[in-house]
Amino acid sequence: MTHCIREKRKLLSSKTVQTVQESLFPSPGFRNIIIVFKIVSRSAYYFFYAKTLINRKGGRRMRLSSKDLLGLADMGSDEITLILDTAKDMKKIVTSSMKRVNYLQGKSVVTLFYENSTRTRVSFELAAKYMGAHAVNVSVSTSSVAKGETLIDTGKTLEAMGTDIIIIRHSQSGAPHFLAKNVKSSVINAGDGMHEHPTQALLDMMTMREVFGTLEGLKVAIIGDISHSRVARSNIIGLTKMGAQVNLYAPATLMPPFIEKTGARICPTIEDAVAGCDVIMGLRLQLERQKNALFPSTCEYSKFFGLNPENIKGAGKNVLFMHPGPVNRGVEMTSSIIDADNSYINKQVTNGVAVRMAILYLLTGRETV
Amino acid sequence: MRILVRNAKIIQGDRTETGVDLLIRDGLIVSMGRGIIENEADTIIDATGLYALPGLVDAHCHLRDPGFEYKEDIETGTMSAAKGGFTSIACMPNTNPPVDNAAVVRYIVEKASQKGVVNVYPIGAITKGLQGSELSEMGTLKEAGIVAVSDDGKPVMNGDVMKKAMIYAGQFGLPVISHCEDVNIADGGSMNEGFVSTLLGLRGIPSAAEAVMVAREIILSEYTGVPVHIAHVSTKTSVELIRHAKRRGVRVSAETCPHYFTLTEKSCLGYDTNAKMNPPLRSEEDRDAVIEGLKDGTIEIIATDHAPHHDDEKNVEFEKAANGIVGFETALALGYTYLVEQGHLTLPELIRKMTVNPARMLRIDKGTLECGKAADLILVDFDNEYAIDVSNFASKSRNSPFNGFRVKGRVKTTIVNGRIVWSESM
Repeated sequence: MTHCIREKRKLLSSKTVQTVQESLFPSPGFRNIIIVFKIVSRSAYYFFYAKTLINRKGGRRMRLSSKDLLGLADMGSDEITLILDTAKDMKKIVTSSMKRVNYLQGKSVVTLFYENSTRTRVSFELAAKYMGAHAVNVSVSTSSVAKGETLIDTGKTLEAMGTDIIIIRHSQSGAPHFLAKNVKSSVINAGDGMHEHPTQALLDMMTMREVFGTLEGLKVAIIGDISHSRVARSNIIGLTKMGAQVNLYAPATLMPPFIEKTGARICPTIEDAVAGCDVIMGLRLQLERQKNALFPSTCEYSKFFGLNPENIKGAGKNVLFMHPGPVNRGVEMTSSIIDADNSYINKQVTNGVAVRMAILYLLTGRETV
Repeated sequence: MRILVRNAKIIQGDRTETGVDLLIRDGLIVSMGRGIIENEADTIIDATGLYALPGLVDAHCHLRDPGFEYKEDIETGTMSAAKGGFTSIACMPNTNPPVDNAAVVRYIVEKASQKGVVNVYPIGAITKGLQGSELSEMGTLKEAGIVAVSDDGKPVMNGDVMKKAMIYAGQFGLPVISHCEDVNIADGGSMNEGFVSTLLGLRGIPSAAEAVMVAREIILSEYTGVPVHIAHVSTKTSVELIRHAKRRGVRVSAETCPHYFTLTEKSCLGYDTNAKMNPPLRSEEDRDAVIEGLKDGTIEIIATDHAPHHDDEKNVEFEKAANGIVGFETALALGYTYLVEQGHLTLPELIRKMTVNPARMLRIDKGTLECGKAADLILVDFDNEYAIDVSNFASKSRNSPFNGFRVKGRVKTTIVNGRIVWSESM
């Protein structure tokens, strides 16, 4: 990472800038004055925000290998590390009083959410706006989708409007992949059905890395409805790729088949799952699963599968509690755990914006800003 | 119209004979043998290097007509069949309206005779509206021209209805074809349940959903004494159940489709909707068991389950996508490439599973190459490899997971009732 102001000057004297200025200011003397003024003002800008010149190697901005970010299953550990490193720098912007950089200036970002969401959508929208993008939110209930427009047509419409990045949440697994195949815009998966929720897992991993310094060798227990959880899938895939050990515990009716092939371990008891763990992650139990005969009652669920101070005694001393939210208090976790000092359930959210900034930044890195 | 086919290879029992001439006159095969002299033939086809085989018989296809002509109709569907080497096809009743009344049967029969190029045998519904509750008018439907009954696409979930359907159909000599799927166990899944469905986050259909109902049909067939035919067998447990039942003398027959002995659930990776079908593509273990079932005769029929769909129904989110694939034009080549070339079946065994065996199940006098019988035959080149190209399909639809597959077995000419209905040079 080179925090080098000289590199920025190169950018300013780029061909595009020159051509535009030649046409606007035909006199060379005047043009030079303008250029000098621009260099001075930009340099000052980057001097104050020099710390945020992120992930440039040899003056070039790093980027992700693919057009889209659809899931952690498609990514290597090097790319995951790149996102987490970049997010670390982005966090400085999120926590500063001047939340504004221009990495995404002139870019347009659309959030297309077919399912309800507070934290994911807002954090994407803020991430885009902090970096100077035009961020637009499509509310599905008031859009043409309500008139029966298909996903492919909605996607093509957004593409035709010049959207650079479409952030999609959809109830059907694979919907972002389908969209990505059919549009030129970059597509970011903000949660698809029971498949993946890569940005949530990345922010969870960022939080773990902040606390423990590394993911390698970390012991993480994921407890709850793993079958229907895209957060669990992305975390299992991401964490095992990064060298962490993942323990799973769930009612057998809510454990997806052959999940152990990912490298995660299915545990016989909740005590066994949390023993010696650095992180315990609870998952949201969707109450309508009861109707599908997957578990008998929330009362029985919390008794045998909920986390309480008793059954987590064997966990590590400084164990970290996480939950993708929103939480059913007293069902998957007791309030004493949710509100404990080592509960990161709310602290995770800050990292959400940083991770999403990093992803937006790295996806648009195909051209220089 | 006289056609002389010269110098073909034919299959006699388990042997191949070469240098055989076939003379076709007035829609019939009139003589077969070496050195036939015929001076008045209208057409002479040089079949050197080609097999002359009985026209294939498909026990399971969807022509989509009436009701879904945007996917396929009787004209394009039968042309697709002819191109794939099928000269007799039995079409499933899940049209709109469904084949649960004589008027629809007559419509299909009439249209097939006017616009169709191969013999079309409608299959009637087991229950009215394919709803699984009241029996259809099977007797009347048979009078109108159906050859079997099935609620294909939907199972008859109520075991008592199925039991009564067997008893009633048995009285009219109609085979009962069962789409075996316990929809409660399938629980709205869109692909096979397994590691791939876990990875893709798609709800899985357990193989038990099929096997449970295969077991039920076997038990009901044994109880009623009426034969039952199990459609599109896709799982290991189903194969084992059928094998065991046959040993006990239960009158059960079974079919599978080319996709179940060639592909596995892995084809769904990347959410490829062309790999979406019902029953779903299963695991490697299941595929191997299906091949084993074909080898030992447990599965005596290879059907296509030709299920064309419009691109708008396939180019959508995976769970929304329609089930099924275009089948006619790839079936023979896939059978040859994946079963004969791999050494699982001999060519005569493969051909029997695609001709006489389905004809016998449907109780129609088709599927053989004999003097005095209708001249339904095909000329096939098994030597030259080619790549399947969906853009060349005669079907209206293009939904096939086999695009680009390299295969052997190309139908050069299809003759139905003594008339050349399709040839490569056409």
